[in-house]
Amino acid sequence: MRLERRETASRTALVLAPLAAIGVTLLVCALLVAWAGAPVGRTYLLLLEGGFGSRFALTETLTRATPLILTGLAVAVAFRARLFNIGAEGQFYAGALAAVAVGGLHQGTGFGLPDSLLYGLMVLAAMGAGALLLIVPAWLKTRLAVDEVVTTLLLNFVALLFVSAMLDGPMKDPTALGWPQSVAIKPELEFGRLLERSRLHSGFLWAIGAALVLQWINRATALGFEMSAVGSNPRAASFLGMRVSAVMLKTAVISGALAGLAGAAEVAGRTGYVTLDMSPGYGYTGIVIAMLAGLSPLRVVVAAIFVAGILVGADSMSRVVGVPNYIADVIVAVSLLTMLVASLLVQYRLRPSRPTGT
Amino acid sequence: MQTEPVLRLQGVTKRFGALLANDDISLSLHAGEVLALLGENGAGKSTLVSILFGHYVADAGTVEAFGKRLPPGDTRAALAAGIGMVHQHFTLAENLTVLENVMLGLEPLWRLRSRRQAVREQLLRAASAYGLQVDPAARVASLSVGERQRVEILKALVRGSRILILDEPTAVLTPQESESLFMTLEKFTASGLALVFISHKLDEVMRVSDRIVVLKHGRMVLQARTADATKASLAEAMVGNLAQPAPSTAAPIAGGPAGQPLIELERVSMTRPGHAALRDVSLAVLPGEILAIAGVAGNGQQSLARLLSGELAPQHGRLRVGGKRLPVGARHWIDAGVARIPEDRLETGVIGDASLADNAAAHRLRDPAMLRGGWLARRLGVLDRDRIRSEADRIVRSFDVRHVSLSQPIRTLSGGNVQKFIVGRELAREPAVIVANQPTWGLDIGAVAFVHQQLMQARRRGAAVLLISEDLEEIFAIADRIAVMYDGRLSAGMPTAQWDAARIGLAMAGDSPAATPATMGQGMQGTEGIGT
Repeated sequence: MRLERRETASRTALVLAPLAAIGVTLLVCALLVAWAGAPVGRTYLLLLEGGFGSRFALTETLTRATPLILTGLAVAVAFRARLFNIGAEGQFYAGALAAVAVGGLHQGTGFGLPDSLLYGLMVLAAMGAGALLLIVPAWLKTRLAVDEVVTTLLLNFVALLFVSAMLDGPMKDPTALGWPQSVAIKPELEFGRLLERSRLHSGFLWAIGAALVLQWINRATALGFEMSAVGSNPRAASFLGMRVSAVMLKTAVISGALAGLAGAAEVAGRTGYVTLDMSPGYGYTGIVIAMLAGLSPLRVVVAAIFVAGILVGADSMSRVVGVPNYIADVIVAVSLLTMLVASLLVQYRLRPSRPTGT
Repeated sequence: MQTEPVLRLQGVTKRFGALLANDDISLSLHAGEVLALLGENGAGKSTLVSILFGHYVADAGTVEAFGKRLPPGDTRAALAAGIGMVHQHFTLAENLTVLENVMLGLEPLWRLRSRRQAVREQLLRAASAYGLQVDPAARVASLSVGERQRVEILKALVRGSRILILDEPTAVLTPQESESLFMTLEKFTASGLALVFISHKLDEVMRVSDRIVVLKHGRMVLQARTADATKASLAEAMVGNLAQPAPSTAAPIAGGPAGQPLIELERVSMTRPGHAALRDVSLAVLPGEILAIAGVAGNGQQSLARLLSGELAPQHGRLRVGGKRLPVGARHWIDAGVARIPEDRLETGVIGDASLADNAAAHRLRDPAMLRGGWLARRLGVLDRDRIRSEADRIVRSFDVRHVSLSQPIRTLSGGNVQKFIVGRELAREPAVIVANQPTWGLDIGAVAFVHQQLMQARRRGAAVLLISEDLEEIFAIADRIAVMYDGRLSAGMPTAQWDAARIGLAMAGDSPAATPATMGQGMQGTEGIGT
């Protein structure tokens, strides 16, 4: 068998492909649920209810989606320019750490600055820290052709160990009774709650805003076109007068900043301080979300909410029926695979192999 | 010859779309014989050997080896029948050893015991029989180009090939390595192997072959015994009848080209890894003339084109465009108004995945004319989509680009239409300097005529056009002056009328004072006046 590119992808196929992918995913995971000895229909219903079925479920899902949207966007913008940023996890932690450094390391004095200014500085510092952590691998890529997949991936561990060092050292919270936990940011700097009796915070609005801005950059600006041109054909981009390295570095700044912002949003919106386990792999899940969304910023929002809903729903489902909540990871992973296959089949068709006639 | 031929091709025909790559070709090859396939780039040599090796399926015609008909499109059958191919671009795994490379494909996947020792002995036997020394344990990555070629040849021999196809075997070799290759070939024929030797270098063909077949536009235009052929007759057959007088020389602009040169190279040299070298190249193109650079591919034209597109800087010498030195970087050249038509249209000229509209502005994204809004919006680079669409619309209308919509990805257009789009985009601003690299390569006749007409129109309004082309008919049709590039050196540009087929064919084969001594032939007839 071999793949053959379709002349034009049909519109119906484009609409049906994701639906078919979800269908196949549910089918595959149903086998696992049945294997675990739980009623399939009820399990899925509980999962859906737990993720989207109530006001509480919905706000929890959106809260969980906030960092995922931002890391998803970080990955999407980078991948579009073929800058394979696997380091959103590390950039997330860099952002979180920077947010605490600006927002909490002043023994409540706020460096004598007004809160509104400090708030802006905190967000900027987080974005800057994330960007900085990606500029270095991007620069090495443009200058020395160092594979950014390797460097960004390994920097995740560097970042995590650095966080660990800070939590045991200069940023240690003396009141935490030995828990590896940083000092908290000034309460005035915490993101406001969007709804009563929920954890949903204004970081969600930051995330939606970031998606809209990114969509606008991609659609309306020269930089947006340059990023996709450099991604799709750097040779032609350079021939057409684009500065490939500069575009790559700008992409790195945007991508790293978004992941850093995710870290700030978690600190200022949810925890108030940094711990070593504050991210259950948001950076890596961001890759899944970006791929699910086909690298489109608006679809990243949808994909992040979908993934967050499954994660949250699985937690509550597993409390009722005996299916471990790891089923959520399986669903997300399988849905990515089916989605990738589906989009491949939209663009290509399978043909029985034959000696090439051309 | 009296013996039965070992290889017989009959009526082989192959089309790629509108292009007739092989037209009813019949030929035969006998044991102990060297048959040379001669022809320009695109004459159909590679297609022909790909058919007989089973890479391509012919539309018509048959291939027989040792009296048995080969099933079409089956490389395994060709190998089993004793046909071996030595590709110009080696097909070796660099991280493996010589022995491992020779063994590749020889062992069934499911066999548990390796035939390593047996193959090793076969390899050493073949190597000593023909004097092809290699170390079976050496990694291919550590071998020189000449040694790698030896491995390629040994690969074919170990597989028991009795017919060897050598695709431009000397293209990558030094003169010394070529000489030792020729000695090996003599040993092959002495032991009864039959060889097909593909080349476009006349000297070599005269030196090694027994018979010569010349291909042109997919057709066999000459078949002769080497003893009966002369270099001049071969060159003429290769190049063919050229339209004379050229229309451009028949209708020069009033007063002819005049003024300061708009493109000027003074003793430019460049040697960079990955690029063919340029040696001491000087040229000048005046306003209102087309200077054509002829030559066989790979003699430095690509480096020259990249130099004149602003992608590379010369290491020595001076390069002026419009009387000025331009900094390196494509955008400076675009800003200076240099029109650049690249050789590889989809890989270089456009962003294939982007729409026609976006491609109309892809090279002018920072041009204020392409932006809209107030100061901030312009700083942010907000594109004026309406303006870009109207720009694209103008290009597709005035250059007759067949398309469905301006939003379709440009790679969905045919090659000819992509090229018309590029030519339209580059010429839309009435540039004074045009650098066109193979502008009509692979286009159909209508598109070719259109591109030629556009270039000549630009010349008539006083543009300086540098045309790099391997198509001599094109060159003779539109160029005012012609210079020939060989091995990184450029001959002086002489008026088109002073060239003829034999003379330019010889110059392209390196048989002129511009050639390096090592590859120069003995016969110098017809080359007087082609000097640097």
